[in-house]
Amino acid sequence: MDAFILQILNGLDKGSAYALIALGLTLIFGTLGVVNFAHGALFMIGAFVAVTMQKLFSLSFLTVDDTQKDFLGNPLKVETPYVEAWFGENVGNWLQDWSVPLAILVVIPFMFFLGFVLERGLIKHFYKRPHADQILVTFGLAIVIGELIKAFYGANPIQTPPPSTFIGTVDVGSWLGFEANTIAYPTWRIVYFAFSALIIAGVFAFLQFTTFGMVVRAGMADRETVGMLGIDIDKRFTFMFGLAAAVAGMAGVMYAPILSPHYNIGMDFLVLSFVVVVVGGMGSLPGAVLAGFMLGILQSFASMNEVKALLPGIDQIIIYLVAIIILLTRPRGLMGRKGVMEE
Amino acid sequence: MLGLNSRDFKLFIIVCIMALAAPILLNPFPTASALGESFNAGYPALMQRFVIFGILAIGFNILFGLTGYLSFGHAAFLGIGSYAAVWMFKLLSYNVVPAIILAVIVAGLFSVVIGYVSLRRSGIYFSILTLAFAQMAYQLAYSVFTPLTNGETGLQVYNDDPQILMGAGDPTVPHFFGITMNGQTQIDVSGWSFVFQNGYYLAAIFLIASFYLSIRIFRSPMGLMLRAIKSNQTRMSYVGLNTKPYMLAAFVISGMYAGLAGGLLAAMDPLTGAERMFWTASGEIVVMSVLGGVGTLIGPVLGAGLIKYLENIVSKINDSVLHNWFSFMPDFMDNFMVTLIHPFIGKGWHLTLGLLFMAVIIFLPGGLVQGGQKIMAKFGRNKNTDAKDGADTPAE
Repeated sequence: MDAFILQILNGLDKGSAYALIALGLTLIFGTLGVVNFAHGALFMIGAFVAVTMQKLFSLSFLTVDDTQKDFLGNPLKVETPYVEAWFGENVGNWLQDWSVPLAILVVIPFMFFLGFVLERGLIKHFYKRPHADQILVTFGLAIVIGELIKAFYGANPIQTPPPSTFIGTVDVGSWLGFEANTIAYPTWRIVYFAFSALIIAGVFAFLQFTTFGMVVRAGMADRETVGMLGIDIDKRFTFMFGLAAAVAGMAGVMYAPILSPHYNIGMDFLVLSFVVVVVGGMGSLPGAVLAGFMLGILQSFASMNEVKALLPGIDQIIIYLVAIIILLTRPRGLMGRKGVMEE
Repeated sequence: MLGLNSRDFKLFIIVCIMALAAPILLNPFPTASALGESFNAGYPALMQRFVIFGILAIGFNILFGLTGYLSFGHAAFLGIGSYAAVWMFKLLSYNVVPAIILAVIVAGLFSVVIGYVSLRRSGIYFSILTLAFAQMAYQLAYSVFTPLTNGETGLQVYNDDPQILMGAGDPTVPHFFGITMNGQTQIDVSGWSFVFQNGYYLAAIFLIASFYLSIRIFRSPMGLMLRAIKSNQTRMSYVGLNTKPYMLAAFVISGMYAGLAGGLLAAMDPLTGAERMFWTASGEIVVMSVLGGVGTLIGPVLGAGLIKYLENIVSKINDSVLHNWFSFMPDFMDNFMVTLIHPFIGKGWHLTLGLLFMAVIIFLPGGLVQGGQKIMAKFGRNKNTDAKDGADTPAE
């Protein structure tokens, strides 16, 4: 039983990332009808915003301290980060420690802006073109973004630790009444799960309970009629693209401590998130979230040693297998509406 | 001639001449000169890539160009073909004939299975399904199938392999009934040196055959049917036509082309790894075809050649070469230009490729062939023939 719960927990953090990316993909597909192959790249940009914040906060200058000597007898050179010099040692240390969560504050406006620029500057021109062209241009964009990241940050993964409070594990088992230390789970992953649950709830609440969200949902259902009612639906859809980009960015920022960012994570996650969207149902937001968590958990079950002994290699392909089965038996996905992209 | 109309026949002859005379045509500059060192492409290793990826792109074009089904997992067949060919080297002998035959057959079998499943969906779903299959093949090659694929080391021929058909005097490199693939003749003509390699000519003959077959498919009733499916599949179903067999045939043919290319890659260098099946490799095939001009006969070959050529040239350029180029400028300008261009050269080749690709998709959806047609139309020539010949109009 405890092993069972542990696998569910293990699946949650990956599942959260899949769910957040798939949510953005679905938002873009549902509103603009565009299949965005560059969405993984947006996730990656988020992760690299976290890396950049950490680097910025640890930028330091050298001072020579004459009172102390290093082991060669020369005056000791002390590196002082600028933030410590400007805001005092306590605040500076705190800023460095908390740079990943703080990057959220940067990433939201940044990704909104980026999403806005992408939609108005590039994707707008592809609404009338075939799906294949949309796939191809966003695929090209994903290559370009990935390579830009590689040019600036190098090809190696960059370690990005979470705040020190969240390093280490939590004994989840003892909360649930199991023996101590049977189910130990990294703290940051719990934070990640809670964070993504919050974001998902926020997006749904925004769509469900605001007038803006209502108009967007109406536009998703019937764009022409909403346009005829005199509502500038295009503007709202552009905003939704920005929102989807911001969601992907936030998912990326918070994922940086779990998986050291490198220039290829965008595509790694994109391929899987597409599969998630297909399983959940193209254009269905709850479907994307449900399928994201489901596949994350399924993947972690498949990587248990007992399962692997039974079916070798299953952990590598389980997600694709599920997608193939779903596509062949229920093409609209788990929660897709009948008739939407079913052919 | 040869069952082609005169226009196609001209195109075919041009391709034949280009392929057979490539070692001469691609060496426009004297070998030792600076220009020759950076821009000549007439050496065997690169020319082999031109023709092999040309074959791959021709095959991909039969699927995407004719039917509009965008496969994002075509590299899987390339990889499978390579593995099959290397296994033939390991089990039978270094003769390339059984290797290439088996590569085509195995890739064909896999494409029947994958095609049968994937083709039950169209549009974006088809792309995702093929991508999923290719990723599955890639992951499995690294995990469960390591006895078959030799994992990250890559599959290669060892001395203790059975090689049951191996005669005593047979060469220990891939050969065609005794003619070794890496054997070559070099002819020096006052500063130029032309290298004619056996392996290149084997691949070139395959390219010519593939190209001929692709013209015939494009002009056949089946080609017409595939294009009809592309323009409106629902209509085809309503007039009572079962489109599935045609689609599957196109998919399998295109998979076999990829298997042939994979087999040839293995014949040139009997070593293969799973990275040939990675999604970036599949993406590269798409990029080649689109860059050249999807749906046209010659476009994909041009695209494959251009990409492999640029890859070779651009990744060779480094900062010192750039400094050489800009040495006429004042120092600060020189340095500025070098810093500006630095991310796009050498290891930054993929960045250049991505930008080029995006530019083509945005401004020239029909690829270079469409660009050429536009230029021709500007100069007022060929207007009528272009309008008449529907086959060369790019995919919309």
